[in-house]
Amino acid sequence: MMLSIKNLHAEVEDKKILKGINLDIKPGEVHAIMGPNGSGKSTLSAVLAGRENYTVTEGEVLFEDKDLLDMAPEIRAREGLFLAFQYPVEIPGVSNINFLRTALNEIREYKGLPPMEAKEFLRLTKEKQKLVEFDAKLINRSLNEGFSGGEKKRNEILQLAMLDPKLSILDETDSGLDIDALRIVSGGVNKLRNEHNSFVIITHYQRLLEYIVPDFVHVLYDGRIVKSGTKELALELEERGYDWLKESYPATETVH
Amino acid sequence: MVNQHSIPLYQALLQAYEERFSGSRASEPDAIHKLRQNAFHTFQELGFPTTKVEDWKYTNVIPFLRENYTLSTTPQATATELEQAHQAAAIPGMDCYTLVLHNGQLQPAVDTNQLPAFLKVISIEEAMQEPSFQKHFGKIVDAGKHHFAALNTAMFTGGLFLEIDANSHLDKPLHIIHTYSSADNLFTQPRNLFVVNRSASLSIIESVVAPGNGATVFVNGLTEVAVAENANVQHYTLQTANEQLRNLHHTEVSQKRDSVYSGYTFSLPSAQLLRNNLHINLDDEHTETHLYGLYLANSKQLVDNHTFMNHRFANCESNEVYKGVLLDNAVGVFNGKVYVHQDAQKTNAFQQNNNLLLSPKAVINSKPQLEIFADDVKCSHGTTIGQLSQEAMFYLQSRGIGEDAARAMLVTAFAFDVTENIRIPALEEHINKLITQHIPAKQELVNV
Ligand SMILES: Nc1ncnc2c1ncn2[C@@H]1O[C@H](COP(=O)(O)OP(=O)(O)OP(=O)(O)O)[C@@H](O)[C@H]1O
Ligand SMILES: [Mg+2]
Repeated sequence: MMLSIKNLHAEVEDKKILKGINLDIKPGEVHAIMGPNGSGKSTLSAVLAGRENYTVTEGEVLFEDKDLLDMAPEIRAREGLFLAFQYPVEIPGVSNINFLRTALNEIREYKGLPPMEAKEFLRLTKEKQKLVEFDAKLINRSLNEGFSGGEKKRNEILQLAMLDPKLSILDETDSGLDIDALRIVSGGVNKLRNEHNSFVIITHYQRLLEYIVPDFVHVLYDGRIVKSGTKELALELEERGYDWLKESYPATETVH
Repeated sequence: MVNQHSIPLYQALLQAYEERFSGSRASEPDAIHKLRQNAFHTFQELGFPTTKVEDWKYTNVIPFLRENYTLSTTPQATATELEQAHQAAAIPGMDCYTLVLHNGQLQPAVDTNQLPAFLKVISIEEAMQEPSFQKHFGKIVDAGKHHFAALNTAMFTGGLFLEIDANSHLDKPLHIIHTYSSADNLFTQPRNLFVVNRSASLSIIESVVAPGNGATVFVNGLTEVAVAENANVQHYTLQTANEQLRNLHHTEVSQKRDSVYSGYTFSLPSAQLLRNNLHINLDDEHTETHLYGLYLANSKQLVDNHTFMNHRFANCESNEVYKGVLLDNAVGVFNGKVYVHQDAQKTNAFQQNNNLLLSPKAVINSKPQLEIFADDVKCSHGTTIGQLSQEAMFYLQSRGIGEDAARAMLVTAFAFDVTENIRIPALEEHINKLITQHIPAKQELVNV
């Protein structure tokens, strides 16, 4: 098993947000997670990536049979977990290229590999840059600073391609992308997809799932997965919305 | 109220003045003698500043002055001292000319690089007959206004006179190493004068080091810089002295028409007390000034930067960016005064001071001071005090970058607005390394 989430409960600032998530992901699988605004999708990805202010109150998460929740965020990344952020952070003064080199080499060091040769690093960067059609001018700029929404998302996928993770979580990477950018981003993901790595695609739009065809689609509602199915479920959600699901699963009381 | 006479150093200074400077000295022109006399009277009137003096509100120097100090130093450094100085001040990969002053005394050249003929470098004592010395010395700074400047003017010994001829360009930076070390507590007052003639250009890097772990050295230094028409000066100061140093330095610059002065002040651990006064007088129209500062202070350091942009003429531009990183129990002070005189129309003056507090016990006192008497000007200032962004930390960590490395990256990035303006790549790299070196691991941050 790549990832196994069992009865995961999490809260932030005493507000219960995840209320018992169960999800198993095998190597090579692509899972889509859909659900209305505020249902907990980003919270789930933040908890998996190790964000500090989210407290897990119950349940466990195994990443390749290791206790994920016990690891510092950087260790999760080095073990092969990657989160493409819904809102990537701008960091003025840290150059994109230095950031990529540092990240890559820290992961290599963890795996007992020497730092990548400068030449090889440049070759790899060029190759991946092409893959996501990332403007070469942006690579020397400060990390995400002044990038357009689409450029930020492409930068997330560039990082994904460079770091070659086992499990990638894409949190609304498609939101705000025009159709060309969407094609490029999903083309990139499809090229990176293989039988050893897995993807979790969080999205509101069935459109993306035409490009990246998922093996499973889950609906997250009020902190729980209330329905799972195959890619046809996404079509149904697009047509019917979420209300029919909300009716059969009334929201639990939120404690403040 | 501090009774000045209760400070042994004050007594020692009075006595030393009587013995060494009160009569006229054969080695010094009359003008210098008069200057010393007047300045001494000023110092007697002012005394050492207490925290009641506005400019010293956040920096209490009195405790630092209470130790016992001798006032004389051996003129020449030992071979070991010189070697330590070179090591402490080394900037890897930098091609430059190098000079050393030990406790203010210019050392015989050990450097193989020959200085070009258009650059004169001699001790301040040797310079007193130079026309440029007589033209500028004591005329750029107003010793009547500042306690320590008055004291320095009255009793300076040692220091450097530097002059570059008109229309000359120094091809490599001049690295001046100020090293301080003494077996007994030492109070020393070097005095420098840099004269940059018409259309000349050069880069000066002054390193302040106190290697080893000898006795306390208190430096009350003063530098006057005359920047003539159309000249261009890059003036870097890098302070990395050890704990035994207390360094007060007053730099007073005069800029003439079409000149550019770029001042860079980098203060790093771990001198106990650093006070940098940097006063820029814009003495004609169409000048350009850049002041960049970075202070990173740890342990119980007190780092105080006072800048003064004196816009006296129209059509001048000044730009100032100071960044501070405070760790442990360090205290930072930034006081940036911009004074725009009534006649200084079309002034552009910009000032910014940003601070990062990395410890709950660190303190910053930041005070921008804009006094504007002209009506057609563009002036702005801003101050921020903050902590590292948790969002940015998480973003870096989520890519596999360890917490300590991520923190160092963000601090280096914070300093970037300053460091990106360093025009000497080897120096920029060196400063970034120093910053990274001083960013402690999480464990140390928590245990403060
Ligand atoms: N740091 C926080 N502090 C307080 N509440 C939070 C915090 N983070 C998330 N929440 C709340 O938790 C709930 C779930 O938020 P989350 O961002 O996980 O939703 P989402 O499913 O990703 O929504 P969207 O589709 O809009 O991206 C929301 O009600 C949100 O306001
Ligand atoms: Mg979200």
